[in-house]
Amino acid sequence: MADLSAAGHQPRLGACPACDAAPLAQRLADRAEAAHPARLVLSLPDAHCALCITSVEGALMAHPGVRAARVNLTLRRVTVEAPGLTAPDLIPVLARAGHQAHELDPDALAGATADRAGRDLLMRIGIAGFAMMNVMILSVAVWSGAEAATRDLFHWISGAIALPTVAFAGQPFFASAWTSIKARRLGMDVPISLALILASAISVFETTQSGHHAYFDAAVMLCFFLLIGRYLDHRTRAIARSAAAELTALEVPRAILISGMVEKPVAVADLRPGDLIRVRPGGRIPADGIIAQGRSEIDRALLTGETLPVPAGPGMALQAGEVNLTGPLDLRVTAAGQDSSLARLTALVEAAETARGRYTSLAERAAGAYSPVVHLLAFGSFLGWFWGTGDLRLAVNVAAAVLIITCPCALGLAVPAVVTSASGRLFRRGLLIKDGTALERLAEVDTVVFDKTGTLTLGQPLLLTRIPEDLRAPALALAQGSSHPLSRALAEGLEGTLPATVTDLREHPGQGVSAIWQGQALRLGRADWLGLDPQADSATLSSWLAVGDQPPLRLDFSDRLRPGAEACIARLRADGLRVILLSGDRAAPVAALAAELGIDDWRSGIDPTGKADAIARLSDAGARVLMVGDGLNDTAALARAHASISPASALDAARVASDMVLTGRTLAPVAEALVIARLATRRIRENFAISIGYNVIAVPIALLGMATPLLAALAMSVSSITVTLNALRLNGKAR
Amino acid sequence: MEILVILIPVSLALGAAGLGAFLWALRNRQFEDPKGDGERVLSDRWDDHPRPDTPPD
Repeated sequence: MADLSAAGHQPRLGACPACDAAPLAQRLADRAEAAHPARLVLSLPDAHCALCITSVEGALMAHPGVRAARVNLTLRRVTVEAPGLTAPDLIPVLARAGHQAHELDPDALAGATADRAGRDLLMRIGIAGFAMMNVMILSVAVWSGAEAATRDLFHWISGAIALPTVAFAGQPFFASAWTSIKARRLGMDVPISLALILASAISVFETTQSGHHAYFDAAVMLCFFLLIGRYLDHRTRAIARSAAAELTALEVPRAILISGMVEKPVAVADLRPGDLIRVRPGGRIPADGIIAQGRSEIDRALLTGETLPVPAGPGMALQAGEVNLTGPLDLRVTAAGQDSSLARLTALVEAAETARGRYTSLAERAAGAYSPVVHLLAFGSFLGWFWGTGDLRLAVNVAAAVLIITCPCALGLAVPAVVTSASGRLFRRGLLIKDGTALERLAEVDTVVFDKTGTLTLGQPLLLTRIPEDLRAPALALAQGSSHPLSRALAEGLEGTLPATVTDLREHPGQGVSAIWQGQALRLGRADWLGLDPQADSATLSSWLAVGDQPPLRLDFSDRLRPGAEACIARLRADGLRVILLSGDRAAPVAALAAELGIDDWRSGIDPTGKADAIARLSDAGARVLMVGDGLNDTAALARAHASISPASALDAARVASDMVLTGRTLAPVAEALVIARLATRRIRENFAISIGYNVIAVPIALLGMATPLLAALAMSVSSITVTLNALRLNGKAR
Repeated sequence: MEILVILIPVSLALGAAGLGAFLWALRNRQFEDPKGDGERVLSDRWDDHPRPDTPPD
């Protein structure tokens, strides 16, 4: 949210930080978490090396009041113990050290930090690995020709190790197989569980009969390799989930209710039509309503994509989600909660998500084709051998061997290994994958639709006009008196100047700022407020500066491009993708931006439904659309598109609706993600081909009843290692 | 072959010791930040003198 907070969308950086810190402090107090009373968690999207760890920890420890700070580089976050301090105190400290930081909600992270499921899987892998090593050593002795009593002894010891291991380490598979059987489906886990149980049972039987072959090693090895696949899968998801949770900035869903003369914070859900609420400068409007009192300016960028703030006064209707910029407003609520425009948009997103339908992943398709075949093969070989020889023991043995050999060991590793290495690579580049199938969908994309404000641009104005030397100091003094985005842009443009001493500095909500400087009246604000033709500033983003009676100076601003936008679009076009720009902003700025970036296909003034419809029309025409957007007006389109990406500065709703989130400021990873996604999908297919190849060789041998435990062990481990290595190739190439 | 009576329990015990070490490391959250731990080796922050106090967990 760092980009946004600079643009004034962030409630906590309003004109009065203390007012905004109050509900925050209250919420922290509400938690009443005695165990960790002052633990703050901040996310560090840019941290990547040893130097970052030292500089972050050093900067935080040097700050008074910080007791301990520890960086976790894997999750890219820092845990700070600082009683009495809040995140807004520490974020500037890190900014000075050159690190972007976002505040995280410790409550939302509580589950992710513990990560019980991951540790549980890791423990099962450890136990299966231990058992596998020992059983393997015993098995080597049997394979090398142990005879009679020695062989039986080794089988018994193997069984004593393997049976408890399978019972414990195989639990995740048994549980998931049971769920899919109850739902009358044949997932990947049904043949796995069947193979585990059958292999163990037949081995115990063979051992009691002093048989030659026992499959204890195969059963344990199966557990080990499949658990690794399961763990990789879980890890990718857990990292994505915790990072997605950390992007959910601490937005306090509270409103200030005015009853009589008292102001009282209440939950937004408790607001009723007719309530009077106060919205402070810098705060987001919590419910739809009509202004009862106060003048200000309203930023609608996240709702409509308009860059220019809109003046607001009594009688004007406001929508939930807009941001109040300059003056306090008293609002009479007309619709809250379920009826507000924000909730209606959420409903739109839900409808669009249903329309996108459920995407069947490559792994699901493979499992759907694979598991019936496995069962039929095993059952067929059992029937065939039983009918042919009449030997039940032999028939069950062959059936078990077929099940073990065909067991989707490499298949279970094929997808997780690729997804882990691809998403790890993308995460290092600043793109977070939230959905497991997002990579596959991204690989199919042929059209990319961009939003303008906040996506291609940063939504932060940049000063274009050169201000005469003698006016720089007073202009800076004026600009510092307001939190309006244009004032901040002016102050930033005048960096390095010493502000003049002015008196009587006053902000006129919705109009501008005034002050007295060396006996002259200074004014900075809208054209009509300075007595000029109001039409004069309607076309571009501009403000006027007047000193005494001299003619006012016009200050032009432009919205600045997001870093990497130009390169990203050039690369997408070079790759032969169709690039479209859809914006809710007015035609002039959209056309200018489209020309600058070389996009021929652009449309302006589109409302949220229009965007989703445009995406739907493109999809109906056969295009696979990637939507990149950040605002509320984009959420329905993001949910409707085949794949979607939003920047970290996007509104919650947009981030929730999209499959991938850019963690940094730059847009460059978008083009790269498409390349990596295609590469990843190719690797997944290759891995399927490899594991099917092994089966094509090994299954006939098993069907003929010639599969020995040695062969099963070889086929299983070699195919698993090959697919893992093939997946890891993705990590090293083209760094 | 009587040597097996000694060797098998010994090998199992050694393996179990390895497993125990792994489980201990897991309990102590040694796998929480593999990447950071790898990078921390490069930091020269506490090279000259040991870290004065260790923060809780």
